[in-house]
Amino acid sequence: MPVETWLIFILSFMIVGSIAALEIKDLLSSIIAIGVVGLGVSVSFLFLQAPDLAIVQFLFEIFALIILIRAYLRGAYHVKEPSKSHQILIAVSILVLAVVFVLSIQVFKALPEFGQPLMETSRYYLQNAANETGAANIVTSIILDYRAYDTLGEVTVLFTAILGALMILHLKSPRQTTEGGDEA
Amino acid sequence: MTVYLLCFVLLLVGIYGVLTKRDLIKMILSLGIMGYAANLMIILFAYKDGAMYAILTKGADPQQVVQQMVDPLPQALILTSIVIELGITAMLVALAIRLYEKYKTFDITKIRRLSG
Amino acid sequence: MKHNTGMTLIVRTVTRVSVWLIFLYGMYIILHGHLSPGGGFAGGVIIALGFLNILLAYGRDFVDEWLNIHLMKDIEASMATLFLALGILGMSFGGAFLANFLSKGELFRLLSAGTIPILNIIIGVKVSMALFIAVWTLAILHISKGGKE
Repeated sequence: MPVETWLIFILSFMIVGSIAALEIKDLLSSIIAIGVVGLGVSVSFLFLQAPDLAIVQFLFEIFALIILIRAYLRGAYHVKEPSKSHQILIAVSILVLAVVFVLSIQVFKALPEFGQPLMETSRYYLQNAANETGAANIVTSIILDYRAYDTLGEVTVLFTAILGALMILHLKSPRQTTEGGDEA
Repeated sequence: MTVYLLCFVLLLVGIYGVLTKRDLIKMILSLGIMGYAANLMIILFAYKDGAMYAILTKGADPQQVVQQMVDPLPQALILTSIVIELGITAMLVALAIRLYEKYKTFDITKIRRLSG
Repeated sequence: MKHNTGMTLIVRTVTRVSVWLIFLYGMYIILHGHLSPGGGFAGGVIIALGFLNILLAYGRDFVDEWLNIHLMKDIEASMATLFLALGILGMSFGGAFLANFLSKGELFRLLSAGTIPILNIIIGVKVSMALFIAVWTLAILHISKGGKE
């Protein structure tokens, strides 16, 4: 079977999975459905001949699931039924998104065909990466030699995001300790 | 072109989730869906029919085998993007936990009405 | 609480044998980043998942006693400084920031491609420490908040 047929099948499966993840009432089931969507993306990367990305997507997806499930175990809470204005909001947003989709068909007709990329800068990278950097993996030589500055930025953003998350979790407001004393 | 349109539908499902859901965790899940759709779209632009992945192997002539390789540049850029998505998710979950500790609920309509 | 001490004896014994294989696999993926798919990011996550395996099987008290979390935070912060130092070395020897100034070597050998394996190791250690500290903070958050529910 050609690659495009496999991709259409996996993408439809991911769309159904993501709609299920948003509409299911139980929160644990929707987190697991998001995990299925992420694994579908990883399999699509394998079909699109990107094994580096498939490994990284799979592993970071598992980590995101672990962090999200940690947020779930916070006790019981109720979300009440949607009111009339909320139902009007849902209908209007679905209508607007359908109009955006119909208008975007014209845009996607102007792009190159699926399977024939332009590859104007990549021709240089493919021909000269082995001689100039000495690495056999061309994607690694791009992220760590030709574009190492972008990797420095990425490491900084990851460092700052994790640092920000730790700061938020360690912060204690003075009002909270008195509330804890009243309830206990 | 059908694959591009299906990927765009996945992005629109994510936008629908952010617009209409009232639960904070469902909003974080919708942002995750939008991230997956955006990454997949750019890798769909980089695929070449009948081509191999961009890693050289022993025993093959380098100048000849690079004619049939997929585009490696978008793959390098999306590698950065996948790593940053994890940092964003971790920070959003930390924010959601702090909001729950303060307001005792994940419902955003109730969080808007309380103050202080 | 009971789950603070970890899991049963079978899980602990299997973890004691298999977690070293997880670390070995993570180091293999990091070191061969320029020859096969993977690299610093994937290997770093695998090592962080190995630490998470120890945390789940042995419990919070064991990890608090035997693994030095402050050392992990210091290692993570110093890896960022090492990355910048390697960039400045590249500027003095190679002519551009983060230039590849070591010798290229032959193709397909393990010690080749200049500074690429060194950068892979730096990124791998940094990502693993950062992710394990994030999960550890979420794990001990539960126990300090337990009385408020």
